[in-house]
Amino acid sequence: MKRLECLQAIYEDIQDCAVVTIMGATSAELHSLGHRPNFFYLTHAMGLASSIGLGLALCQPSRRVVVLDGDGSVLMNLGGLSTLARYGPRNLLEIIFDNESLLSVGGFPTATATGTDLAACARGAGIANTVSATNLDDFVSAVRAALGGEGLACIVAKVEAVGPAGYIVDTHMLEDRFMFARAMRQPPHNGGKMP
Amino acid sequence: MPGKMPVSEANSRVVYDALKASGVRVVSALPETWLVHLIKMAEDDSDMILVRLAKEEEGVGVSMGAHFAGVRSALLMQNHGFLQAINGIVSGAMLYHMPLLLMVSDRGHLGERDPWQTEGGRYTRRVLDALGIVHDELHRPDEVPVKVDRAMTLAQSSLSPVALLMTRPLMWEEVQVPPPPAKPQQ
Repeated sequence: MKRLECLQAIYEDIQDCAVVTIMGATSAELHSLGHRPNFFYLTHAMGLASSIGLGLALCQPSRRVVVLDGDGSVLMNLGGLSTLARYGPRNLLEIIFDNESLLSVGGFPTATATGTDLAACARGAGIANTVSATNLDDFVSAVRAALGGEGLACIVAKVEAVGPAGYIVDTHMLEDRFMFARAMRQPPHNGGKMP
Repeated sequence: MPGKMPVSEANSRVVYDALKASGVRVVSALPETWLVHLIKMAEDDSDMILVRLAKEEEGVGVSMGAHFAGVRSALLMQNHGFLQAINGIVSGAMLYHMPLLLMVSDRGHLGERDPWQTEGGRYTRRVLDALGIVHDELHRPDEVPVKVDRAMTLAQSSLSPVALLMTRPLMWEEVQVPPPPAKPQQ
């Protein structure tokens, strides 16, 4: 399956959540589906998307937070999985798109191409509710199950190493940053709200 | 064990109270000897969210998330933790204009006995300067409240990292050098 198909399939489910994405293809694809002020695109600082999600989730426990992470980024901050597990915010969903590749910088294979199992890493770090998905139906079901319930969840989605032609979006990163900060000062609504 | 170390609990309390007074509600930390009391104080405080990290750079992300949520935060780290966190500070906090209060234990500076702390101590201030991070030093408990408050104020207004070095005279109670004999009155 392709990451863009995954994002398309869950866009409505996550549209009111605070969404923090990693750089590159994931940012550009989410942006192409429709930018919202409650989406933040971390265009650098690889590895820290989940840490930003954690800080946000702990400070605003009534808001659903979704992190769109990648294998390259998670491998840069494997310890972050243990920190997520340690505090286990009930409102945080960590989605890892694993394309076994550093696609955005030329497609070099990551360690998941040679046997590293990020779902096992997440489970081993202490995120008990971790599932793997290799097809779109399983992925969408897993996302809906996580967003329909409570508790820290992690979904590792195996996706093809394909992305958009370019990574430039039409809003400036600082514009997005201030827009996101302003959106986070508003109370969450609809699917962005915890029960 | 912390109990055997002459880390100043009284001055740690002054620092902790100053952080609270400046509005800090999230503290991320990675333990080291000088920070044990501060971390314990955060842990015992039900009004504080303490995030124990695996690596200091994570704390930059936690603080960014807290800022987005409208909550003030601080990072408790050793100077080697600051060195560890630099990419997050540069390509996270500085790139995105994020306030960051770095409370850094000043290991490896004058009076340091642990050889393994000395190399990092040599570069802490110069790296802060190279990054353009405004920094100051905390030497005495009476200067702590105002400097912490001013550092937080600047971090928030400049949307930048500001660092306070918690120095040996503040954090360590062991008397290492006897004072020089007083000169006889002329």
